[in-house]
Amino acid sequence: MKLTVQDLNSHYGPAHILFDIGFEVGEGEVVALLGRNGAGKSTTFRSIVGLVAQRTGRITFEGKDVSARPTHEIVREGLGYVPEERRIFTDLTVEENLEVGRQPKRPNAPHWNCDKLFTLFPNLGEMKNRPGGRMSGGEQQMLTIARTLMGNPSLVLLDEPSEGLSPKIVEQMVEAILTMKKEGVSIVVSEQNLHFARLISDRAYIIERGRICFGGTMAELDARPDIRDAHLSL
Amino acid sequence: MAFYVVQFLTGLASAASLFLVASGLSIIFGVTRIVNFAHGAFYMIGAYIAFTLTERFSGAFGFWGGVLAAALAVALIGVLVEMVLLRRIYHAPELFQLLGTFGLTLMVEDLVVLIWGPDDLVGRRAPGFKGAVDFFGQNIPSYDLFLIALGPVVLGILWLLFQRTRWGVLVRAATQDRDMVAALGVNQKWLFTSVFAVGVFLAALGGALQIPRDAVHHAMDLRIIVEVFVVVVIGGLGSIVGAFVAAVLVSELNAFGILIFPKISIILVFLVMAVVLIVRPWGLFGKPEAAARKTPGLTVNPWRPLTSNERLASLAAFVVAAMLPLFAGNYALTVGSEIAIFVIFAVSLHFLMSVGGLASFGHAAYFGLGAYGVAFLAKMAGLPMIVCLLLGPLLGCMGAAIFGFFAVQLSGVYFAMLTLAFAQIVWSIAFQWVSVTGGDNGILGVWPASWAASPSHFYWLALGVAALVTIALRIAVFSPFGYALRATRDSLLRSEAVGIDAKRVQWTAFVIAGTTAGIGGALFAYLKGSVFPDNLGISLSVDALVMVLLGGVETVSGAVIGAIVYKALNIWLVSQTDLSKLVLGGFIVLIVVVFPKGIVGMLEMLAQRRRKSSPPGSSLLAKPIESAE
Repeated sequence: MKLTVQDLNSHYGPAHILFDIGFEVGEGEVVALLGRNGAGKSTTFRSIVGLVAQRTGRITFEGKDVSARPTHEIVREGLGYVPEERRIFTDLTVEENLEVGRQPKRPNAPHWNCDKLFTLFPNLGEMKNRPGGRMSGGEQQMLTIARTLMGNPSLVLLDEPSEGLSPKIVEQMVEAILTMKKEGVSIVVSEQNLHFARLISDRAYIIERGRICFGGTMAELDARPDIRDAHLSL
Repeated sequence: MAFYVVQFLTGLASAASLFLVASGLSIIFGVTRIVNFAHGAFYMIGAYIAFTLTERFSGAFGFWGGVLAAALAVALIGVLVEMVLLRRIYHAPELFQLLGTFGLTLMVEDLVVLIWGPDDLVGRRAPGFKGAVDFFGQNIPSYDLFLIALGPVVLGILWLLFQRTRWGVLVRAATQDRDMVAALGVNQKWLFTSVFAVGVFLAALGGALQIPRDAVHHAMDLRIIVEVFVVVVIGGLGSIVGAFVAAVLVSELNAFGILIFPKISIILVFLVMAVVLIVRPWGLFGKPEAAARKTPGLTVNPWRPLTSNERLASLAAFVVAAMLPLFAGNYALTVGSEIAIFVIFAVSLHFLMSVGGLASFGHAAYFGLGAYGVAFLAKMAGLPMIVCLLLGPLLGCMGAAIFGFFAVQLSGVYFAMLTLAFAQIVWSIAFQWVSVTGGDNGILGVWPASWAASPSHFYWLALGVAALVTIALRIAVFSPFGYALRATRDSLLRSEAVGIDAKRVQWTAFVIAGTTAGIGGALFAYLKGSVFPDNLGISLSVDALVMVLLGGVETVSGAVIGAIVYKALNIWLVSQTDLSKLVLGGFIVLIVVVFPKGIVGMLEMLAQRRRKSSPPGSSLLAKPIESAE
């Protein structure tokens, strides 16, 4: 397995947010983590990369236990993270934003550089010297993904990439994610939008109130409209 | 005309060192969010080490090599400090970081005297820049011209470093969002350490380059740090260009202030700073900052009034304290009076800082104003003691009303810096307006009336007033006003949304705290029989902060305990050792790192743990809250 999460429990202060979360991602697979607003998708991702201080459980990435490691070490193992809020460095230009994400080549992952990313996201190539603060939401979303790819990850956690984007940009996003998959990057994508998830994912997990309540292939999910309707707002 | 040009050039030359130190402070603040009070100390060590190295090694290489080696050596010391001390307090509230680095400054002041002695040291002239250039009959030292050129060169190098290197890009990214930088695989720890090293290097270089111009002495740290605070606040924290412009501005104000307004030359800069902060609270080149981490309110541990048992215990403690004259001698009673006065001072700051969430770094101003108020009334108007005691604190009240109005427009670090600047203004007036305040000689002969003259009577007076003040402020904490004030502390926006006039509430709190401090100062004037500018100096302001922290910021009356312990320890230390600053500084660092909750906070925690292990109590709420989004 590429990534295994077992018995993950997370807290923010006195509030218990995640309860015994467990899921797996295979080599080269795209897995969707579906759930409503506040279900715990973002907290799951933040916990995996070590951005939530109070967490217990076991997270294994490429056979190594990374659950007790600091964020930058987990990321340097090749586990990339794209936050939902995008968090572009607004004072830095597009190229400088990419520079922050740059990491050395990795033998088991595709290698990305600025030029290759500008072919994946042509819009970015046209505004290399524009400060991140003066880009549209869709352009920022592309930049945040490109920035994470500069670290040559073998797996990427994509937090709600389609949120707040126009349908045309969402189409480009689907294209880009499928290209990443073709290059051999494993992907976990969190989504509220089942339609979007279906276009890119092999399998799906549903998370509700901090618990995983379904796991299976997209076909298996389609066979259970009861689960789909109960946990996802369509 | 030539004279003014030369004066202008002298100002520019002074700006070079100021810019080096200020840009270092700014860079460090930008990434680590720490306002490094110890920056002046690094500047001073840089000068001392450069002095030693340039004396030891001769020739041009010895001089310039010595200057550079000194800056590098101090940068290494900085790395050590960052790894041992700062890494432990990055997540602490900003007040603790200011105090921790202040403790470091105190330690360095004593260490420097220990190593290099108390005398001023005059360093070597710079080889190749020993002469002067003639300018229409006026002389300009050629070293000044070198410094004038150096400033823009360093600015250029820093610009290249930040714009053209990967390290610079990472630093700029971390200045905006350090968690995201970590989430992209960058080791924040080393980034922080390297940033700190660069900042300290600049400070030490600034100090080392001063040796051909100025004597090296052990008080140069405080003088530069106050100026540097002014520079970064005017220029905008985190902006290097701002630091450059403001350094030039401040240096020119100093150079011409002496010529044009010799009486108020010291306060001129502070006036400019106050104006800038009021018009552009984030400085000329800075950007509005998101709200910083608040000092109190980190734990959800609701305050409650004392239970009847606790009231009885407090009463008993008061009765015991009141019986001190029955068995203690005059010296102990004088110490007791001083402690009681500092209890008043500490609870007044606590009210502003813990209840109001406004950490003032210049609270001594109002204490000192109360003292001067008494001295004016007693010496000039010849009023009786009781009238002086009642009216004297009004000077503190007035000062707090004026400065508080401006100060509460800001919050966090900027509030701390503005209050510090105001306190410096008041200090400068007391120091420079010799005809009224007596300047450095102070006002002598403020003696209590016969009914309070004996040590035991004065002790009872001080103790009684301290008790009254403490009770009054406690009542205020649990009054509707206290709730409103705590609401503005916990969330300014939400408190305004429920109809609280937040600025007005905070201003009122500022005036209450200032007046109360003035009461303490009034008693202090009678205790000592004299008033000096030191009564409103920075070190007294910091004493108050330490007392509150020592007692526990998040407790209701910890300040009382903090004042007693700290003052007793302080008086004892000064009588025991010549290195009181070293011990005291070490003590402050220790509190910040090991006991961030203070004495009373720690006792409460222990009590809660015991309660939790016995029957199930309601201690669920006492868990710390992580910085949740």
